[in-house]
Amino acid sequence: MKKVYINSIASISPQKTYDNCNFLDEITEYNDTVIFAQDPDYKQYIPPAAARRMAKGIKMGVVASKIAMDEAGIETVDAIITGTGMGCMIDSEKFVSAIIDNNEQYLTPTSFIQSTHNTVAGQIALGMECKAYNFTYVHSAISFESALLDAKMQLENNEAEHILVGGVEELGAHTTKVHRLINHIKPEPVSISEVLHSKTEGAVFSEGTNFFVVSNEKTKSCYAELVAVETFNTLQKEKVSEAIETFLKENNLKLDDIDLVVFGNNGDVDFDGYYNKLSEGIFSKTQQVFYKHLVGENNTVSAFGVWLASKILKTQTVPEIVKINKINSSEIKTVLCYNQYRGQNHSLVLLRKC
Amino acid sequence: MSKGVAITGMGIISAIGNNVAENYDALINQRKGITRVDNIETIQRDEIMVGEVKFTNDELIAQLNLPPENNYSRTAMLGVIAAKEAIANSGITNIKKYKTGIISGTSVGGMDMTEKYYYEYLTDKETQKYIESHHAGDSTQKIAEQLGVEESLVTTISTACSSAANAIMLGARLIKSGKLDRVVVGGADCLSKFTINGFKTLMILSDTFNTPFDENRKGLNLGEAAAFLVLESDAVVKAENKKVLAYVKGYGNANDAFHQTASSDNGDGATLAMEKALRVADLKASEIDYINAHGTATGNNDLSEGRAILRIFGEEMPEFSSTKAYTGHTLAAAGAIEAVYSVLALQNNIIFPNLNFKTPMKEFSMIPQTELKKKELNTVLSNSLGFGGNCSTVIFSKEA
Repeated sequence: MKKVYINSIASISPQKTYDNCNFLDEITEYNDTVIFAQDPDYKQYIPPAAARRMAKGIKMGVVASKIAMDEAGIETVDAIITGTGMGCMIDSEKFVSAIIDNNEQYLTPTSFIQSTHNTVAGQIALGMECKAYNFTYVHSAISFESALLDAKMQLENNEAEHILVGGVEELGAHTTKVHRLINHIKPEPVSISEVLHSKTEGAVFSEGTNFFVVSNEKTKSCYAELVAVETFNTLQKEKVSEAIETFLKENNLKLDDIDLVVFGNNGDVDFDGYYNKLSEGIFSKTQQVFYKHLVGENNTVSAFGVWLASKILKTQTVPEIVKINKINSSEIKTVLCYNQYRGQNHSLVLLRKC
Repeated sequence: MSKGVAITGMGIISAIGNNVAENYDALINQRKGITRVDNIETIQRDEIMVGEVKFTNDELIAQLNLPPENNYSRTAMLGVIAAKEAIANSGITNIKKYKTGIISGTSVGGMDMTEKYYYEYLTDKETQKYIESHHAGDSTQKIAEQLGVEESLVTTISTACSSAANAIMLGARLIKSGKLDRVVVGGADCLSKFTINGFKTLMILSDTFNTPFDENRKGLNLGEAAAFLVLESDAVVKAENKKVLAYVKGYGNANDAFHQTASSDNGDGATLAMEKALRVADLKASEIDYINAHGTATGNNDLSEGRAILRIFGEEMPEFSSTKAYTGHTLAAAGAIEAVYSVLALQNNIIFPNLNFKTPMKEFSMIPQTELKKKELNTVLSNSLGFGGNCSTVIFSKEA
């Protein structure tokens, strides 16, 4: 079985992350319940006429994929695999509301066409004229990890050499409005420094995209080795530690082999207990970081966790802003990312220095 | 790479039957399920025909014994019915005995409830329970819950009309790689105003019975359905002394990279998908005994797919037919529906007719099989082609 490497990364998020030369050097402060992705200069990557027809998620996905491809220094890939929990919300909302508002009349196909979940993966393929394998996973908080797992299997078996993997999520105004009603969104604005200790229900909703070129050969730009990915549809709070220990054992690792753990805390008082239990339990002596205070919560934001872990492994630096505890590992060789959303769809991603 | 993955169970609900036996009976008796739409209030009612499961949502809730406060979308309910039949058919009594996952394909997801309560959510608390069932993964989570699959790999694929074929493909790869011992794969999609009006704006809905591969085809009939297969590793098959219905022998996915919705004229994507599937199966085109075509009866699909089939099979064309005239185009579920039909074809050595065909297309001389035909079948190739240029082929075989 071949080893799998993350050879390039790209992130468009509520932070200024689209330039790979930076690593959270400059933090954008927020004090809100919903935060939006910061736009790169789309014109640099997409002709303006084409960009005008694209909803934000498509634009972000297409551009992030280009940034990742550029950094990897390759022109094409053997597969394009994306994850999106909510899909193309803006066009979906446009089409549903048009159906209702106009009683099924005077409709045009554009928003329907672009509402399809695999629009981003399809557009990337169209742009690259890439006729290869093209999949889109749409399973809530493990959409990205499903894509990553699929890519990893193909690379290990040498069915592919380079695969573009990404997660993308865009905010739709109506969807945000209705999620407020069921308390999935925080009732009051919170600042970055308050999120973790907000003690309120819900999360700060957000949007963004993260793309990676994963390959079965290490290139100069390599960030990390992707060692293992596992997802769980359900997992009781009491069983997460056990699941992690089993997962590590399967990868011939022990708890103290983990130099740093990336948690998906979002400050939701009802569900952060999953992380707190680990933080105070099996990982109490391990360096811990988090990121959702910076980039909010969305179905594929765990890909930002992998982005963060990749950056940390490559640069061997941990920005102050992401630190949860005061433990500092002298050398960061092995990183574990753990995420869940509202107590469901748990994921573990294990990365190693390359 | 050539060893197939065992299929040990299957389940289905579609416009032509509520289980595998009813579907088979309709197929061999050439009984199509295309009617006017009854369960959705739409102004398009008199302009379109659909392949509809005639149970109302209340009837489905009663069948599944769901509590009144449930928030199941119709997609989830159809999915649960088919998945439960597949589990029963596979003789599984203890789902936890082996590492079992679920891969489902859907494109509509919970859109049926979203479009019903879109504005009501803002004022009517009663309806708000459905907000969480909108996203595509929700139907799969509910199938997992109903089957008792916990702490496992459960995921959803949405690649438009090839979703379920891709779910079968991923499932087969997960078994081959040893990640899972057993996996329930398939797809579910219900009818919705969203898809009815979406396809209407694309002007590819027929106002009468759809006629795949016919020169005068007028477009597709939308359908709703769900189907699931149980795939098991050789070790499980052996340990449980399982009866194997057929094997997933080969699979391939490729992208047309031509247009967001239309297929290329020469069917590049479909050609590549069939080539890949044949390679994985280690079969020559001449070794395929029957093609269950995607054949949606749109002008674009049948021409593009027809050309792709010609490119692969040339002079050695086996019998081919599309079963869309029976069921309508069930979108993300289509690949699973037709997987069940492909297995039934293998089990019974029978080729299902391409109904409603009258006039050959002028672009080529391909004539689908129009009568029910008995033939010794060892391999069936099934195509599923979708928006975003997504093209998939799965090959089923009698022998591993």
